[in-house]
Amino acid sequence: MAKTIVSFTLNGAATDVLVEPRELLIHTLRERLSVTGPHIGCDTSHCGACTVDLDGASVKSCTILTVQCDGAQMLTIEGFAKGGVLHPLQEGFSQEHGLQCGFCTPGMITRAYRLLQENPSPTEADIRFWMAGNLCRCTGYQNIVKAIQYAAAKMRGETVTTSHPVMAA
Amino acid sequence: MIPRPFEYHAPAALPDVIALLTQYGDEAKLLAGGHSLLPMMKLRFAGPAHLIDLRKVASLKGIALEGGEIRIGAMTTENELIFSELLERHIPLLAETARQIADPQVRYRGTIGGDISHGDPGNDHPAVMLALNASFVLAGAAGERIVPAGDFFRGTFDTALAPGEVMTQIRIPLPGPGTGSAYAKLKRKTGDYATAAAAVVVQLKNGSCTAARIALTNVGPTALAAHDAANSLVGKPIDGAAIGQAARLAMAITAPSADLRGDEDYKTAMAGQMVERALRSALARAR
Repeated sequence: MAKTIVSFTLNGAATDVLVEPRELLIHTLRERLSVTGPHIGCDTSHCGACTVDLDGASVKSCTILTVQCDGAQMLTIEGFAKGGVLHPLQEGFSQEHGLQCGFCTPGMITRAYRLLQENPSPTEADIRFWMAGNLCRCTGYQNIVKAIQYAAAKMRGETVTTSHPVMAA
Repeated sequence: MIPRPFEYHAPAALPDVIALLTQYGDEAKLLAGGHSLLPMMKLRFAGPAHLIDLRKVASLKGIALEGGEIRIGAMTTENELIFSELLERHIPLLAETARQIADPQVRYRGTIGGDISHGDPGNDHPAVMLALNASFVLAGAAGERIVPAGDFFRGTFDTALAPGEVMTQIRIPLPGPGTGSAYAKLKRKTGDYATAAAAVVVQLKNGSCTAARIALTNVGPTALAAHDAANSLVGKPIDGAAIGQAARLAMAITAPSADLRGDEDYKTAMAGQMVERALRSALARAR
């Protein structure tokens, strides 16, 4: 099948790839562009580890064809830290122990980013409802909720401190 | 998992979609949100030679109040249903349903037209469409036709869509005064299909039920309209006994298949429970 040139903006950089129509976005990112933050967890659009931000929406890149992304604006975890400074979400996940093995974390943070763009002050119930497309098998979610609350407060310009006694010491 | 090779088309206008569908016939599939079709293609349960992506067809998007009915473009996403102020005011049942579908990422992509056209009895919109007395605009080379939801669902993955046709719009009559609605869905976890679910729309006047529609999800080869259950409610106040009777009549029409979600008897019992729950919510909202 003839390959097609697909152009999009990835983490601020103009990017062109030559792909077969059947190539999935997660494979383009990981194997052609060496953007390996989005992970292949389930490969069946259940787990959310492959989540990327596409034109203002959180999407599972295992269930998007790269050819569907022509002209898109795309953000992955690689685009979060600026000049060596962590994004408030990355800081929150670190400070609040929002990760253990870290496999789900790029997808979690990328999804939480879009949630906070849409709702800068989510309640715990909001966070649990709107993060339901991302699975974590380590944390039990409690610290992920805290990490997102931490980031939300910091992004609102509030002074934040970790709730974790070891991190605070 | 990688789909079989195919040729990709992304036409910008509806006539081009229909021309491609006509040209390629059985070899073509329409791509809407892709969250049913792409997983099937990855598993090689589907292997179309031509994939026609509807994402550039602007006329298939949007929600409007027109001619006394709500008109929803087939490519409107679940997320857009959830946040529509127009729907919140007139058809809150749609947002309530959409919030129970899959997960946030899937709802950014999944579309109401795709959910309905797919013909999957596990999808949630078909029963809701039956309960809302919706109709669908189907466009083909010969023009448009309008098919009521009650005539659309023919079997599992089998609908009234003829070869070469595409669903363009969903039309829902505005509910009258005193209407209450609800969608009650039992699922094992986020992202799962319903073990059983029920959509209910009731209309009350002076405490008495003047109209009712009930439909069931995932307990038969298609979404099922529970006509006897709904008719049993009409013409009197709806009390606990009437709710129980409607649930039993709804349970009488189920034909579920056993799977990991439960056996036939369990699913039928849960369908009855969902009818009861949805009825109680709908009644509370109608008053």
